[in-house]
Amino acid sequence: MQHGASQPRGLWRVFSLDHKTIAKQYLLTGLVMAIVGGWLAQGMRAQLAWPYRDFPFFGLIEPGRYNALVTMHGTIMLFWVAMPILLGAFGNFLIPLMIGARDMAFPRLNMLSFWTFLLSTFVLLASFFVEAGPAAGGWTAYPPLSAVPGYTGVDLGTDLWIVAVALEFISVLMGGINFLTTTINLRARGMRMMDLPLVVWMQLVSSVLFMLSVGPLIAGAAMLFLDRHAGSGFFDPAKGGDPLLWQHLFWFFGHPEVYVILLPGLGIVAEVLTAGARKTLFGYTMIVWSVIVSGLLSFLVWSHHQFVSGLDPRFAMPFALTTILISVPFAVQLFALIATLWRGSIRYSPAMLFAVGTIATFLVGGTTGIALGASAADIYFHDTYFVVAHFHYTLFPSVILAMHAGIYHWFPKMFGRLMHAKWGHVHFWLTFVFFHLTFIPQFLLGLAGHPRRVADPLQFDLLLSGMQPYNLVSTIGAFCLFAAQVPFLINFCWSLWRGKPAGANPWRATTIEWLATSPPPHDNFPGEVVAVRGPYEYSTPGSESDWLPQGKLENADSVAS
Amino acid sequence: MNRWLPENASSYGARIDGVMELIFWIVGAWFVLVIGVLLFFALRYHHRWHERAAYVPARTLRGMAIVLVPTAVILLFDLVIETASTRVWDLVKIDIPPAAQTVRVIAKQYTWTIVHPGADNQLDTADDISELNVMHVPAGEVVHFELLSEDVIHSFFLPNLRLKQDAVPGRTIRGWFEATRPGTYQLVCAELCGLGHTNMRGRLVVHDAEGYRAWLGSASPAGGK
Repeated sequence: MQHGASQPRGLWRVFSLDHKTIAKQYLLTGLVMAIVGGWLAQGMRAQLAWPYRDFPFFGLIEPGRYNALVTMHGTIMLFWVAMPILLGAFGNFLIPLMIGARDMAFPRLNMLSFWTFLLSTFVLLASFFVEAGPAAGGWTAYPPLSAVPGYTGVDLGTDLWIVAVALEFISVLMGGINFLTTTINLRARGMRMMDLPLVVWMQLVSSVLFMLSVGPLIAGAAMLFLDRHAGSGFFDPAKGGDPLLWQHLFWFFGHPEVYVILLPGLGIVAEVLTAGARKTLFGYTMIVWSVIVSGLLSFLVWSHHQFVSGLDPRFAMPFALTTILISVPFAVQLFALIATLWRGSIRYSPAMLFAVGTIATFLVGGTTGIALGASAADIYFHDTYFVVAHFHYTLFPSVILAMHAGIYHWFPKMFGRLMHAKWGHVHFWLTFVFFHLTFIPQFLLGLAGHPRRVADPLQFDLLLSGMQPYNLVSTIGAFCLFAAQVPFLINFCWSLWRGKPAGANPWRATTIEWLATSPPPHDNFPGEVVAVRGPYEYSTPGSESDWLPQGKLENADSVAS
Repeated sequence: MNRWLPENASSYGARIDGVMELIFWIVGAWFVLVIGVLLFFALRYHHRWHERAAYVPARTLRGMAIVLVPTAVILLFDLVIETASTRVWDLVKIDIPPAAQTVRVIAKQYTWTIVHPGADNQLDTADDISELNVMHVPAGEVVHFELLSEDVIHSFFLPNLRLKQDAVPGRTIRGWFEATRPGTYQLVCAELCGLGHTNMRGRLVVHDAEGYRAWLGSASPAGGK
């Protein structure tokens, strides 16, 4: 696994094979895209509060542009923020370090995966600058809307969107192959699968879910492309096709995708929670099995996105049933995380606050999901702001809050310095409060019947009279939520150079990555890592110290590599 | 919840609201309980008040009980919700009662064309009354609708009737409703359908018996019965 000798020099270092450098490249790209995606949301919220004003930075947002904002915000946040950060950055950084390996199993494939991702990013960003702008058919890209340029007024933008998404998926697939191979083959001596830190399990299950679900969507994207350019009619009823076919292909991928994103987030929370509460994970085996079960179930729920789509109504019952069943393994996971706090000894670092905030926020997302999974209630809630609020309550904690928990927690390992804790606390509380200020009103707007993806709520005079103040509050919340990330960005940049040197293990955490120096050298460990116990031996009875490291170093190299 | 929901105006609307309410109370109670426990743990086990953590790996079923028992109760409640919901779903979407008239709804970027059957209650006859973005129905009568789309996917959403159904090109989707309360209600397109999506809205006018006759009389095309 040693490839240190062939390290490129100078500027060529950006073409690094080192999993840690690649992780940082993913992180940086993901954070830049998060700013772009968050910025687009500011335009949407401005328009929804004060339709058709001339806004600073955005100008007049006519409905066509609004649709583009909606589409690109969703696309970017899911595929260019959640995936690269939760899988690309954390998966790459943590898997080899946590299993005591020197790098990924296929470093070159890993590098290719990042550069493919970067290419996809440029293709996507380029679509903002082509004639008629970027895709405007929603991130779900339902045909015929997405299949015929005349329907959205967008032509090249949609093609670039399809190409960018396809490239991004190829990148994630390559990453996933690496994650799997590495975890299965390169674990430290003595480390069984059931000794893996939970976040590694989560990355593993995520990668498998992605691999198994993405095929149909890639086929669908190819069909869509052919419909657009080769005169085929897979989704065109006039040529014998069916628009609902796309929805099946899309959601067969789309629902597992939700868990592809959620699981690594929950994994990060588990790592932070155990270290922060000085307590062993509650029910490790139970959690791992419930994650596997929820992964399997996630392939059987997709049509709950289609209750009122025109599918035979008799399909609703079985899919509502599987949907409600999937709440069971997730209840197990959340309860186990909460039970981990029970009788702990909690220290609130910024990471710990974000971890607890993730659980609290996700609970709202999980419970409101029941209202959407129940087919009768979904007749009303479907495609209203209730759905928008619900999925932001699932995705914001698993992507943004868990990401912040992860960054504050592993920043010292990545860069060798600590982030400023006080400003971390400020960042958490501002983010937490303004998130709820943004999205609680959207639940109420949804109850009132406010449809999603409309550019002008004032048009619905009969339905939404008196509801506009809710939009206003939500918009103010969104502006503040975006601004609340400024302290984080400043803290991040400042800490890179000025943060307190962290030492190898500032949190006194048990998992193996903390055996390496901060930041770890190219080959990670100065010797062979041997796993000697489970990953979460905190406050073990009979031990003086409140933590026992999972691994130890043997045969330390005489010359540091 | 009722404060925010638009006024119900259909025969099955109250049943759907009932499902929502059932979910709200069951899920709401659980939510309050769980978030309460989480908050309590988060404060009570602060290291200032709890210096050394306990060691609870929960490796046995018995040890996992504090998680598994609440989960089993949740499953039970889930099944209660699912049963109640399925009953109402069947009522709204599957067991369609007979009706005197069928109205055709044609969605097209960005309008609703509503074809009423006219006085003879038969579609595709000379006395059909076609209206743009306005649908007229009598109160207290079951009405069937045929939903079509001529271009992209739209969604026929009458919030006051608690009715939503996508219109899909290439399909004729049938459904029903019974408006109970005379009045004028919003018709919304709930599926992103292009540039004018936000403008694709209309009205449902529910008449009392007399008002409906008056509308039929005034709207019937010349030469109709």
